[in-house]
Amino acid sequence: MSEKKLMLGNEAIARGAYEAGVKVSAAYPGTPSTEISENIVKYEEIYCEWSPNEKVAMEVAIGASMAGVRSLVSMKHVGVNVASDPLYTVSYIGVSGGLVLVAADDPGMYSSQNEQDSRAVARAAHIPVIEPSDSAEAKEFIKYAYDISEKYDTPVMFRTTTRIAHSQGLVELEDRCEPIDIPYTKNVAKNVMMPGNAIKRHPVVEAREKQMAIDGADFPINRIEMNDTKIGVITSGIPYQYVKEALPTASVLKLGCVNPLPKQMIIDFSKKVDKLYIIEELDPIIEEQVKSWGIECTGKEILTIQGEYSTNMLKKAILGQELQIEQKADVPVRPPILCPGCPHRSTFYTLNKLKIHAAGDIGCYTLGAVAPLSVVETTVCMGSSISTLHGMEKAKGKEYIKDWVAVIGDSTFMHTGVNSLMNMFYNQGTGTVLILDNSTTGMTGHQDHAATGKTLRGEIVPAIDLYKLCHDGIGIENTRIVNAFDTKALEAAIKEEVARDAVSVIIVQAPCALLKSNKPKPAFHIDTDKCKRCYMCMKPACPAITKADDGTVSINATMCNGCGLCEGQCKFGAILR
Amino acid sequence: METKNIMIVGVGGQGTLLTSRILGGITIKAGFDVKLSEVHGMAQRGGSVVTFVRYGDKVNEPIVEEGQADVLIAFERLEALRYAHFLKKDGVLVVNDQRIDPMPVVIGAAKYPEGIIEELEKKYKVLKVNAMEEALKLGNSRTFNIIVLGMAAKHMDFKKEDWLEVIENTVPPKTIDINKQAFEVGYSL
Repeated sequence: MSEKKLMLGNEAIARGAYEAGVKVSAAYPGTPSTEISENIVKYEEIYCEWSPNEKVAMEVAIGASMAGVRSLVSMKHVGVNVASDPLYTVSYIGVSGGLVLVAADDPGMYSSQNEQDSRAVARAAHIPVIEPSDSAEAKEFIKYAYDISEKYDTPVMFRTTTRIAHSQGLVELEDRCEPIDIPYTKNVAKNVMMPGNAIKRHPVVEAREKQMAIDGADFPINRIEMNDTKIGVITSGIPYQYVKEALPTASVLKLGCVNPLPKQMIIDFSKKVDKLYIIEELDPIIEEQVKSWGIECTGKEILTIQGEYSTNMLKKAILGQELQIEQKADVPVRPPILCPGCPHRSTFYTLNKLKIHAAGDIGCYTLGAVAPLSVVETTVCMGSSISTLHGMEKAKGKEYIKDWVAVIGDSTFMHTGVNSLMNMFYNQGTGTVLILDNSTTGMTGHQDHAATGKTLRGEIVPAIDLYKLCHDGIGIENTRIVNAFDTKALEAAIKEEVARDAVSVIIVQAPCALLKSNKPKPAFHIDTDKCKRCYMCMKPACPAITKADDGTVSINATMCNGCGLCEGQCKFGAILR
Repeated sequence: METKNIMIVGVGGQGTLLTSRILGGITIKAGFDVKLSEVHGMAQRGGSVVTFVRYGDKVNEPIVEEGQADVLIAFERLEALRYAHFLKKDGVLVVNDQRIDPMPVVIGAAKYPEGIIEELEKKYKVLKVNAMEEALKLGNSRTFNIIVLGMAAKHMDFKKEDWLEVIENTVPPKTIDINKQAFEVGYSL
């Protein structure tokens, strides 16, 4: 018997890419896609990298495909928006070596700013979408995705959701196939998308999609499980698992390829069942197409476009069965928080003290919007902090933003923030930008980037110097570096720079408290005799400091990492190491 | 065998992922089909986290739903209360008797509920342990979650030797001995 292993969906995708003979992988970290690259790096045979953003990663994968090898690019759903420029056009170009884009959607928004459905992007770009329903399929289907990509000369979207990406299931391991390496041939008509060439490729795209809709009936990943014919269900991805538990006797058309849909297969299936349901999380992508063919079916009339589904939800919506459960207790919420020793806390506490508003960005520091720090007032997408602040200034004038700053992490700055900074400088803005440089991509679990000096594969490389990039590269005179925990210097720097009628950059440095290389300092404790119970130490809202019911304050020694922010608040010398 | 449903709940950073990995390992060793579902990303930062483990002859859904858990392992009291309604009527709650204040309590916007365990004992079979205290006796506070797991292990379908073997294969090599000791402590409680 071959070896079976318990694997995360993302780990299985990496394994599938390895077995498929993939040679190049590029990505930017983003939940729930990050672990794909973190597992691919374990296979020495695959070149893999963190690219600065998803557009760059997509283009790296396109180049590798053009050169003649199988390539993988992975990203979260909103990353697909960043990559969509090359994506829409590579649909016309097609592939040489197979090209698969993993798009990880996040129904339920566990770690995202929206709940968009990547299948809609794939439909608009006219590329096929393959969707697995567990880890075993994630590995199998990714190999099939490469066959489809090469057979139909098309990039393929491999769509997952958080529940697939972050669930573990048993996966059978197989050997790596001999990687293809097709000799490069110059093909200007196919690879140079200027109007005269592109106009000839568009009919190819249309014909390809029509052919796939016909051939789809024979794809092994589209299968019919005929059973009782009273209820028929068309489904794909994780909802298939809920259907199997909620409606074990129903007939199911399980789609592995959700774009283009196998039209005739669906028509034939619909005729065999009395009542047809379409069960898909997020948008009614399958349902609207099926309805447009005049087939009677039920979907979003009884189910939602929001969040995740479940077995109980389907039982209730379809069978009217509701389980008797105990009432949920009314308890205080426990939202995510900045960790003890997080340098962002120091920055936000200082901004809060100065009554400064912050245009925010995507990262742990989005948590600066939460009470009691409550500094961050806008968050849109990666890199948006600097440009939204610039837009505010152009709308209301430079005096209006004298009590505003933009806050952006080092990784997010390298992703797309640098473009926004160039724009602010070029168009004579006067904004103050705080680059919260914690030497890592924090929220996704500590990935390196171009300014950390280390690659995904662990190679030590020259780090892009953020100071030089801003000061010498873009030419921002007022660029300076401040230690995040030196609150006095930080306060002075912010006051000075917001008052200035020019763009300024403050690089606020201190490593992420969770970085392995960041050894915690000895913990602090409170001398209760000296403590006057003014509670100033609690203002920065460190989770390691708690107040007991009798009013005494204490520091949890296992949580404290000795950053010293609280010590600086105490006027009575009651906080000691 | 009918599918068994286990949940592990706690506060981000308490080690729910390591515990679920050990659980996953033991179910495979016993030859079951298994699915686990975890939380990564933003919620891990000190938020409320939950991991689902389901094992049996054939498992489809990777999550445990309300009213379905056979065993609920809670690393913190408030989290036990938050997820108690996921337990079956005859389900077992294993709770680490520890309090970690969530931010609304820290800033005075909410109160940490009193008498949580007493309330839960009225409805469910509850096994409680002050695992942090036990772990400190062992000289390593980080092993508290393995102590809680050891206590829960008595209510699952696996042999003690197998648990110890899986722990040996799962935890970092330097911590094998201390984690095995921690498991023994929990198992003997």
